[in-house]
Amino acid sequence: MLTTPTRGTAIPDLSTVEEAPKRDLRGVRAEDVFNLLGALAAGAATATLLFGWIAPLTGGVGWFVVAFLSFIGVYAYLVKLGAGWQEVQDRVVTVLFVSAAVILVSALVFVVVYVVSRGSVALPNPNFFTEDMKRAGPLDPLSAGGVLHAILGTLIQIGIALAITIPLGIVTALYLTEVGGRFARFVRTIADAMTALPSIVAGLFVYSAVIMLITHQRSGFAAALAIAVMMMPIVIRTSDVVLRLVAGNLREAAYALGASRWRTVWHVVLPTARSGLVTAVILGTARGIGETSPVLLTSGVTAVTNLNPFNGPMISLPLQVFDFVRSPEPSMIVRGFGTAAVLLLLVLVLFLVARLIGGRGPGRLSASGMRRVEQASKRDLARIERRVSTQTERSER
Amino acid sequence: MKSARTSAESGITEELLVDLESAFRTGGERRSLRSAPSVSDVVFASTAFVAGLITVAIMLAVGTFLSLRAGDAIGVAGFDFLVEQRWSPETQQFGIAAVLFGTFMIAAVAMVVSLPLSFGTALLVTEVARGRLQRWLITIVDLMAAVPSVVFGLWGLFFLQANVVPVAQWISHYFGWIPVLAVTDEAGAPLSDASAFTSSSFIAGIVVALMIVPTQTSVMRETFSQAPLGEREAALGLGATRWMMIKNVVLPFGRGGIIGGSMLSLGRALGETIAVYMIISPIFSINWQVLKTGGNSVSALIALRYGEASDFALSALMAAGLTLFLITLAINFTASIVVARSRSGAESEA
Repeated sequence: MLTTPTRGTAIPDLSTVEEAPKRDLRGVRAEDVFNLLGALAAGAATATLLFGWIAPLTGGVGWFVVAFLSFIGVYAYLVKLGAGWQEVQDRVVTVLFVSAAVILVSALVFVVVYVVSRGSVALPNPNFFTEDMKRAGPLDPLSAGGVLHAILGTLIQIGIALAITIPLGIVTALYLTEVGGRFARFVRTIADAMTALPSIVAGLFVYSAVIMLITHQRSGFAAALAIAVMMMPIVIRTSDVVLRLVAGNLREAAYALGASRWRTVWHVVLPTARSGLVTAVILGTARGIGETSPVLLTSGVTAVTNLNPFNGPMISLPLQVFDFVRSPEPSMIVRGFGTAAVLLLLVLVLFLVARLIGGRGPGRLSASGMRRVEQASKRDLARIERRVSTQTERSER
Repeated sequence: MKSARTSAESGITEELLVDLESAFRTGGERRSLRSAPSVSDVVFASTAFVAGLITVAIMLAVGTFLSLRAGDAIGVAGFDFLVEQRWSPETQQFGIAAVLFGTFMIAAVAMVVSLPLSFGTALLVTEVARGRLQRWLITIVDLMAAVPSVVFGLWGLFFLQANVVPVAQWISHYFGWIPVLAVTDEAGAPLSDASAFTSSSFIAGIVVALMIVPTQTSVMRETFSQAPLGEREAALGLGATRWMMIKNVVLPFGRGGIIGGSMLSLGRALGETIAVYMIISPIFSINWQVLKTGGNSVSALIALRYGEASDFALSALMAAGLTLFLITLAINFTASIVVARSRSGAESEA
């Protein structure tokens, strides 16, 4: 005879089972920390001991390489004392990943700090920001001359480049995402292809097509054209990606309410993608400001302030850096580092602004934006209520 | 027969069907579901079309102009353009063999230096780091992409140059038996003087490596993070260590990202100008010894020679620039195909 099983889930009685203390699955064991610290100390010690023994291996980089290699060796040995080969492999590989990131980050920090600190000799002089190099020769001290002309030149050139790329780039991106069709796919392919254009070739194109054939002189406008040719594909591609992120159901909701295509774009797609579009433009600007090679061929070098982009050479910050450090005079090289520091700070500020704006997803609002939207809908409500009350008054009459 | 019976069963008689059919016929035209385009729509669509047209026109103008002007020089030089090492358009003896070789030499050094860095960083970001550390690492790598190349060039020229020469000397002393790493004079005797090691492709390559690491890292990071969670958990559940999981799950899935990211950054490395121009001391012969002074690249050649160039010399420079453009174009398109294929998960199904 079979007994019919009882329905439902049987929960065993656990009151008699002893519970072991919970194991910590995530924390770091003291042993791991000691392994790491010990290996680090051993690596440094070995390198210091061997320093100068293996004859030509001198200098900071050599010490670092030896210290790193012996650190890896000692660390692998220490892990092997308490674990199997699998774990040794895992630990050593993790340490290698971390060291790759450490090398990368410290290289970036070092480049930035090195340039800013060598430039900081020139930065405290107020004339560095308020004068140009017209009256300052290579032998003058740092208290004479400055890079005002380069700062203004950069602003004018990037302004013209933005005036070309923002409307053209964003409308082209709108064409790719909102209108579409076979020709749009062709445009996208061409824009993709142009991202491969080396910046020096863009400069060479403007040099030979615009300067040699039409204007016959280098000018800020020619440099702006070269920068615009470089920035266009970047702005188109990033805006295209951002516009494609706008959720399809928002568009469909607008169409279902009877909105035309243009109204949908203007009132739904663009406001939703606004922060992403701004980020795309700012990142493009950061790239455009830092480009040296197209400007090298097109803008020309000058020591005086020139505010007319159509006449005469107009220097910009990256080109000024390049021009300063070609001089053998130490004071000019210091000026070059100072100019590079200014350029770097400009790019950093742009990048941070882009991060702050672009950190939100499409359609997410900041606190003040939220308040604005709230105010607007309150106004709408008041307007509707007014209209309703006047209509009821009319019908009562 | 059958249809008549079923319609009879459902209470629909033949007469009713005929009635309905005639009602459809006489009931007027079929309504079009497309609304008539409003004026604003027409304006918008045509403005957008014109913008697309202008973009394409600019891009095609660059391409066409370069090819037309480059045609003059290639027509004169013929096949020699690819094998001649000297560059003197005045005497009509010019070719890009040496500069193209130098370009690839610098790019090769850059790839060898940058690939381990970006590979490790990408895996650290996707597999090991969590929370705030992860976000910080991503921000820093993105920031690195925005640092102007002239700043990297400045660092390479004034800091790296002086500090990496001892390392280069050490490498050539102990590994000089590998032909590429040897540094010899024309007679073949090894050189050990520091001045033989400055301004080399090796130093330029290290600086270019720092510039291309961000591209590689972000492409690799994106594909690594798309490796499916189920397979990862299955591997860990079977007792795999993190490295075994990465080796057997993440890397097979991310192979396209590794190849595509490397190729995209190779395109950038080939086109990098200003840092190379600042560091390298230009020569016009093929130099196999990567640690030895002297190298060249197509873009450095253009920056060096455009100023004093006559019309014909300018056309020769354009031919060099066009060649570089075509090479990066081919590399970029192959890379984007590889990346796109890896994203669709084609490899995971095999």
